[in-house]
Amino acid sequence: MRNAAAAVIGCIAIAAAAAASAEPPAGAASCSGCHPTSPRVTSPVPRLAGLDRAAIVRAMQDFRSGQRAGTVMDRIAKGFTDEEIAAIAAWFAAQK
Amino acid sequence: MNASRRDFLKAGLAASAALVPVPAFAQGAGPRVVVVGGGFAGATCARALRHADPRIAVTLVEANPTFTACPFSNAVIAGLRELPAQQFTYERVAADGITITRGTATAVDPQARAVTLADGARLTYDRLVLAPGIDIRWGALPGYDQPAAAQMPHAWQAGEQTLLLRRQLEAMDDGGLVVISAPANPFRCPPGPYERASLIAHYLKTKKPKSKLLVLDAKDAFSKQRLFQAAWAELYPGLLEWVPLSKGGNVTSVDAATRTFVTDFARHTAAVANVVPPQKAGRIADAAGVADRTGWCPIDPVTFESKLQPRIHVIGDAAIAGAMPKSAFAANSQAKTCAAAVAQLLAGATPAAPKLINTCYSLVAPDYGISVAGVYQPTNGQLADVPGAGGVSPSEAPRATRAAEAVLAEAWFRTITAEVFA
Repeated sequence: MRNAAAAVIGCIAIAAAAAASAEPPAGAASCSGCHPTSPRVTSPVPRLAGLDRAAIVRAMQDFRSGQRAGTVMDRIAKGFTDEEIAAIAAWFAAQK
Repeated sequence: MNASRRDFLKAGLAASAALVPVPAFAQGAGPRVVVVGGGFAGATCARALRHADPRIAVTLVEANPTFTACPFSNAVIAGLRELPAQQFTYERVAADGITITRGTATAVDPQARAVTLADGARLTYDRLVLAPGIDIRWGALPGYDQPAAAQMPHAWQAGEQTLLLRRQLEAMDDGGLVVISAPANPFRCPPGPYERASLIAHYLKTKKPKSKLLVLDAKDAFSKQRLFQAAWAELYPGLLEWVPLSKGGNVTSVDAATRTFVTDFARHTAAVANVVPPQKAGRIADAAGVADRTGWCPIDPVTFESKLQPRIHVIGDAAIAGAMPKSAFAANSQAKTCAAAVAQLLAGATPAAPKLINTCYSLVAPDYGISVAGVYQPTNGQLADVPGAGGVSPSEAPRATRAAEAVLAEAWFRTITAEVFA
């Protein structure tokens, strides 16, 4: 339990550092290939900018574990660590 | 100070200014980046550079006033889509403060850091990004030269060639033989020949059902192979035949006048002949000295800087990007990674190791999509697959899943073209 709490705090620290940086964290720049940046684009794939950070983390973890069925996200999420997911989530959550 | 000494000092200052490139940042003006090629890679990179650091002066060199996208051009060939849906202008790119220079880059002087255009114009740069896409290796397949492409279209650079192949299919009598030849690796869009075969088969099945389609392949394996073959058995039995290398599929020469493909074992004379020819990096890569003996461009996997010439970066289909395929998604992903790295290098910073993604959808029929995805990271100097990630659509899946992937394929095209051109 204590380890889990430490891991969560670690993630938040990394996420906060990533959010403060102008450069997208590793992997984040690729997302807009499918996830629209413009609200004017019609797509079943959600925009990520401004989404809740915890919701992005949960979605990525569920895609990765197979708990949530995905089209391609189940295959993509497996390529990211907890720390990378936290950084990506913080970066998108900080956008408008 | 006498006049001659003053003149001597002035001359000295002028000489040092000419010989020693002072970083533009230090002078207060922005650094200059020239991007050659306005496709998925180049246009993305130009815009991402401006977003990364608005002080960077970006010039995009592109020969065409409109871009014609290759993804979904197979649907144009099959009559499912019109060519204007593939075409995009550079107005919004220019609106980001990017100078669009209409022209063709013909030479690069890496020492002087200058690009020469066909009209003689010279553009100097602090960093150069080459995104020239592919060129056809004319003559690499004996008999396949530029005039031959008017009889046997390649349609591997979208536009007039796409329409030519479509017109030939439309003019063909029911019962005709269509032949597609697929090249050895590497080439632009690894699943492309097989998506094209699928959609042409769909056209024949619905419009000219007595016809037959033969795919002559220089390989024994191809992208999403099991998914394609399962779908072909289900949708196009007896219509589409794939002949691998090991069964005599390798085409050794063509005769354009008779639309004939010659293999080691047979001659196939087609009513409609589509040659997907051997390819190489767009020709400016060779002129700039960034292409190696393979015809493609080795790059650093963190910055996409050429391994052969400093301060020149290569992205998109022209680059040797390790495990990443030559796809529009990969080009877009590389372009954003490269832009961030170039902005950091110009600011004197060291870019961190990136992670990149690729996703490619293929249509086997208008309502039947399949996909491949991958995640990549620098490993031992190459972009390598992240172990455990990526892969293709499930082999067993209900038609609803395939239909959903076809919808996502179109959504992907709208999204990526909006990001790059809108």
